[in-house]
Amino acid sequence: MAAMSQFTPLFKREFLAYFRSPVAYVFIVIFLLAAVGSTFFLGRLYEGNQADLDSFFMYLPWLYLIFVPAVGMRLWAEERRSGTIELLFTLPVTMAEAVLAKFAAGWAFLVTALALTFPLAITVNYLGSPDNGVILAGYLGSALMAGAYLAISCFTSALTKNQVVGFILGVVICFVLVLVGWGVFTNVLAQFLPAAAIDAIASVGFMSHWSGISRGLIDTRDLIYFASAIFVGLALNTLVLTLKKAS
Amino acid sequence: MIHVQSLTKEFSGFRAVDQLSFEVPQGQILGFLGPNGAGKSTTMKMLTGFVEPSSGTALVGGKDIRTASLEVRRLIGYLPESAPSYGEMTVVEFLRFIAEMRGKRGAARESAAAAMRETCALESVWTQPIETLSKGYRQRVGFAQALIHDPAILILDEPTDGLDPNQKHQVRELIRRMGAAKTIILSTHILEEVEAVCQRAIIIAKGRIVADATPADLMRQSSSYNAVTMRVATRDVERARELLGRLSAVERVEELTIPGAIRVFPRSGQSIAASVSELTRAQNLPVEQIQVEPGRLDEVFRKVTH
Repeated sequence: MAAMSQFTPLFKREFLAYFRSPVAYVFIVIFLLAAVGSTFFLGRLYEGNQADLDSFFMYLPWLYLIFVPAVGMRLWAEERRSGTIELLFTLPVTMAEAVLAKFAAGWAFLVTALALTFPLAITVNYLGSPDNGVILAGYLGSALMAGAYLAISCFTSALTKNQVVGFILGVVICFVLVLVGWGVFTNVLAQFLPAAAIDAIASVGFMSHWSGISRGLIDTRDLIYFASAIFVGLALNTLVLTLKKAS
Repeated sequence: MIHVQSLTKEFSGFRAVDQLSFEVPQGQILGFLGPNGAGKSTTMKMLTGFVEPSSGTALVGGKDIRTASLEVRRLIGYLPESAPSYGEMTVVEFLRFIAEMRGKRGAARESAAAAMRETCALESVWTQPIETLSKGYRQRVGFAQALIHDPAILILDEPTDGLDPNQKHQVRELIRRMGAAKTIILSTHILEEVEAVCQRAIIIAKGRIVADATPADLMRQSSSYNAVTMRVATRDVERARELLGRLSAVERVEELTIPGAIRVFPRSGQSIAASVSELTRAQNLPVEQIQVEPGRLDEVFRKVTH
């Protein structure tokens, strides 16, 4: 494991970097408020009279759309802006280690924020007797989906030295991936396109793979989809850095 | 220690570094000079593994920068231009991080960081975030991260840029001290720095080497090398110019802006001080001050980079 020996210090630095500014705390508080807000007011948890977290998981792809690119935007754009990218890549660290360590740090932060929504799980357990296996599966799927959003955000962050540009590009790409599988959008497409084409388009997006997981149905194909999305995002991230890290 | 072989870097059709070849023996302090955009930084970025060469290569401590980039980076301590660092970290956090990235853990990490606290005089800012520090301290933090693994080779890109004269002096002292045990390449466009710390200077322009010599040898190429500057009474200026101009070793005599001051330039750098003072005595020309010029690096710099 000598080759991966720089992963740990870099991961640690990147993860702690979130907490060195108040932004991380603000982020977590807003994320929690938005999660609770969407669950109760949009999802109508009480009115639904169902002891489950469907109404929380349902809105998660939309929350992630803003929150995940916000977590990922700093990772590479800030290295470029401040010139520390030159410091980083003249240390004995490989490109793959650096890409993975930064991604893992962002992911760990997102998982922390996600884990802090645990009072929702406690609430539904207090109100009724939900299937906690489904809830756990939903959380694991949510973490995996956050990884897919983050890998894309890492890639867009690497494209620019401006965090805001990285954020906007990340939101746009993730939005397209949410949109192509969103029921409202596919219903519109159904007026022009055959069902097979719509299924093909929808299968590229997040929603068609998310809907099962959010209800506790773990399908290997959906897991492979999110893992592939992470892989593609990080591969593009590496490619962009290799081509233009010095510019 | 460093063998640069036909190193070349092209950026979309433009050659930033053009077939550069030179060697740096162990223990030498080499000054890398050149106008802005001459290719100094690009060369350093290639040696430190940040930029890939378009063609050619370099061996650093026997390791090829193209095929053994990580090994090369382990040998080198590098201070990039304007000393970038993670501003939100405190000095001690940052140095611990670099030490860990350099493979030092636990006690080794702590002792490496503590050694830098002394070497780079960082005691008073040790627990402050780097972004709150002055330019001089940031530069010292940059030095500390470059030195923390006690590298055999130091590469410093404009290490005194933006510092005040006192800070410049401190940094030069540090470089000189380091030079006793390390091979150092530093780039600068401050010529006095080369005179002050470097044993050898390479001047590059448009990506090519245009001069490679000791600072003293370079100054010898200056037209004012061995020139004699003297001060006589203002009423004697005309007579002095006339008399000195007749010496066969003298190329020309110039009047300077200070009243009574003249400078006598020799033909092809020969020593004329003795014949000048002999002549003034023989002609009973009172001289208030006399001084032999060491030559001017900036003049040579302009001549070879033009």
